[in-house]
Amino acid sequence: MPLTKHNHPEHWIQVRPAGLYCIPAETYIDPWQAVENAIITHGHADHARAGHENVWATPATMAIMRVRYGEQHSPAQHHIEFGERIQLPGAEPVFMTFYPAGHILGSAQVLLEYRGARLVMTGDYKRTPDPSCEPFVAIPCDVFITEATFGLPVFQHPPIQHEIQKLLSSLARFSERTHLVGVYALGKCQRVLLGLREAGYTKPIYLHGAMLKLVQLYQTFGFDFGECIAVSDVSDLNLLAGEVVLAPPSALTDRWSRKLPNVLTGMASGWMQIRARTKQKGAELPLMISDHCDWQELLDSISEVNPQEVWVTHGREDALMHQAQKMGYVARALRLVGYDDE
Amino acid sequence: MMNKLSELFDALYFTASNKAKSVLLREYLATTCDPERGWAIAALAGTLQFTHYKRNTVKKLILERVDPVLFALSYDYVGEMSETVAHLWPNEPDPDFVMPTLSEFVAFMQTAKKSEIETQLIYLLNNCSPNLRWTLLKLGTGGLRVGLSARRLKHILAEYGQSHQAAVTVHDIENLWHGLTPPYTDLLLWLENSGPKPDISEKVVFHPVLLAHPLQEDDKEKVTYTDYLAEYKYDGIRVQIVVKDTEKALFSRTGDNISHSFPDVLADFNLPGVYDGELLAMREGVIGSFNDLQQRLNKKKPSKKLQAEYPCGLVLYDALFVPTSIVEPKKEKLTCQTEQSIKNICHLTLVERKRYLRATMQCFESTISLFSEAFTVHNTAELDQLRTEACSDPSGYTEGLMLKRKDSPYTPGRPKGVWYKFKRDAQLVDAVIMYAQRGHGKRSSFYSDFTFGLWQNDPAQDALSEQPKLLPIGKAYSGFTDIELKELDKWVRKNTIGRFGPVKEVNKTLVFEVAFDAAHASKRHKSGVALRFPRIHRIRWDKPALEADTLPIFKKTHQIK
Ligand SMILES: [Zn+2]
Ligand SMILES: [Zn+2]
Repeated sequence: MPLTKHNHPEHWIQVRPAGLYCIPAETYIDPWQAVENAIITHGHADHARAGHENVWATPATMAIMRVRYGEQHSPAQHHIEFGERIQLPGAEPVFMTFYPAGHILGSAQVLLEYRGARLVMTGDYKRTPDPSCEPFVAIPCDVFITEATFGLPVFQHPPIQHEIQKLLSSLARFSERTHLVGVYALGKCQRVLLGLREAGYTKPIYLHGAMLKLVQLYQTFGFDFGECIAVSDVSDLNLLAGEVVLAPPSALTDRWSRKLPNVLTGMASGWMQIRARTKQKGAELPLMISDHCDWQELLDSISEVNPQEVWVTHGREDALMHQAQKMGYVARALRLVGYDDE
Repeated sequence: MMNKLSELFDALYFTASNKAKSVLLREYLATTCDPERGWAIAALAGTLQFTHYKRNTVKKLILERVDPVLFALSYDYVGEMSETVAHLWPNEPDPDFVMPTLSEFVAFMQTAKKSEIETQLIYLLNNCSPNLRWTLLKLGTGGLRVGLSARRLKHILAEYGQSHQAAVTVHDIENLWHGLTPPYTDLLLWLENSGPKPDISEKVVFHPVLLAHPLQEDDKEKVTYTDYLAEYKYDGIRVQIVVKDTEKALFSRTGDNISHSFPDVLADFNLPGVYDGELLAMREGVIGSFNDLQQRLNKKKPSKKLQAEYPCGLVLYDALFVPTSIVEPKKEKLTCQTEQSIKNICHLTLVERKRYLRATMQCFESTISLFSEAFTVHNTAELDQLRTEACSDPSGYTEGLMLKRKDSPYTPGRPKGVWYKFKRDAQLVDAVIMYAQRGHGKRSSFYSDFTFGLWQNDPAQDALSEQPKLLPIGKAYSGFTDIELKELDKWVRKNTIGRFGPVKEVNKTLVFEVAFDAAHASKRHKSGVALRFPRIHRIRWDKPALEADTLPIFKKTHQIK
């Protein structure tokens, strides 16, 4: 259906101080503050916050929120499966459906339908295969709101196998050094664990305390990470020389890491492609492992979805907008949509 | 192989510890053949240069392939040209492609024509991975910053030699270095104990100089003044002049050959040997000011007219090599012969070297060089007094004092407690930031290079007539803490009003207190003013920009016309 004055999402989607807001449904998507109604795309802390009255999320995302914020993170937790079409609150019907985003376990894109117009908000997403979550699907829509975390043509994420091999080569070359790798506790950690196992690495992998709960949660969803040992359970830390230790990025330079023997610091992140960024993080072994789209994946997604308009958010909007316009789409930075309406 | 080289550069780049860097480089040297490894050393030392392969070549080629808007946004984000291009270059592999070795690459780049180079470069970049592209681009455009200083590199080479039981020290390598040329095969064979020590005695080369430490307040208590000779610190440029047989050369303190800039000085200088001194504006033995010398700096080929208008000369303060014929000079007795062979006297004490220097200067009369007289200071009060006089000397060619240990040999580098410099205090000016640019290396994702300026006229009086105008007087990038760097970065992002490539123009609202060593007239700046060693002293978040300093008053205080 063509977009009209009557149903164009620019009239019913707004950027408010608390976040992206759907007016007729009186519902936010990934709000930054506690609100009445919140759709949560995935469990990362910048998207999922505690304290909303109503939360709509996939069962896995809801489980992650419970691990992070406690059983009672919200009084009304609505578990919505992928592909299940539900009606949101509000006088006039707005329908919502989740589709996999391929970002982390439970991560979803949000399809909103209102007066025949279809809007997809991707949340964070990627297209490269990831055994720790359901793969992204391209959903036809009129307005496609895409993230642009790596929205510059310099970003080309190599296959994860290649990066895992880099880690294994380093372990062989510097067999006396503890390979401390910075990974985000949710998603990246589990993906690196699976990647190492897939590459045939069978030794125990050691984990910082901050990783444990989420690794256990993934295990309840059926993932097999082989033998994982908490660093706090290791009696003689000198035994960690030559082993792999996963820790959150913030722990790489803090006191905790100083007690490990002869550390070689690695970091698994899409940002590691930029040399200066790697230096800033103090990483000697950059592993370009990203849970977001690289440039080509962003462009492929836009072409496949083939919407009428592309709204860009969450990152380097300028370049992706420029490119989307060159590809013939109406494109704008999402931040401006909200300001126009005010 | 190129791949191996690229892996080495990457590993060196990301490795933090010097020990680990040494392991990596020595492993590479041990497992790579000649001349490959020598070219790699040249690339690391910055001694590999190509005439037709430059930064601009690369920029031109990438803009033929990538949307200029996307290129600009990418470059702005990455902050570094080679890396931006390495990522943006479109992959177009050819199944028949064969990667050249480094020596093949070097040979081609050094001999091929400009047009051939472009074609070949495109073909190479089409077939390389981003990491390999980065290596190739860095080879051509220079500035391969892998966190390995020239000095560190020589240390590692010495370690490599020692691991082969070669009797080699880092000093040996420092002393040989400027007489060697890539691909350093003779050096490497010597290090591996399978060749003789390279002989550079016949070559006119730079000998690394002895550098001074600034004299700190607490040094004054530690120093026994009678152990030191004092000299004036001349406000010119430090040079080394080398004369062997019929060849002569003038080097800067970092070893750049600057003979072409001062043909007049070189022509009139005839002392065989190697001398350390200061180059100054000088007419018939009378020293001029730094402002006069300024006219001669950065002129690759000075005209006869300029040479006549601003003649230069030398004040010599030390000798590394002197004519063999000058023997054990005593005050009364000198033997003067015109024999030209020279001998190394670096191992002698300063007092002895100065005696040799004076004797040589008396034997070989030189019209354009003066001897730097030494004297003794006895206590801190006298030192402070003399420095104040030296800094306020109306002739303007001294800028402080030097203290040099009497019994010290001439050791290259910056040995502790040997030479001290006691310069004038830094001066300050309140300037307004005009432009910002990203830094390099660790700082490349922050705006950390700033151009700042002064008001052309007093803005308070100018306000009625027109917009007050700033004129740039300099650029600085040092002097920030990491926290300040972040705050400034944030400020720049919020206050950007224009963009010229990587340079951002900002609101003229923030004041820096800029410290500098001296101000002088400059034709290159529209303001007519240039600063020596400007660095940001304080960020004046509190100071209204309209209260920053004005150009007319600044010029007046610093006697610039
Ligand atoms: Zn996320
Ligand atoms: Zn996110």
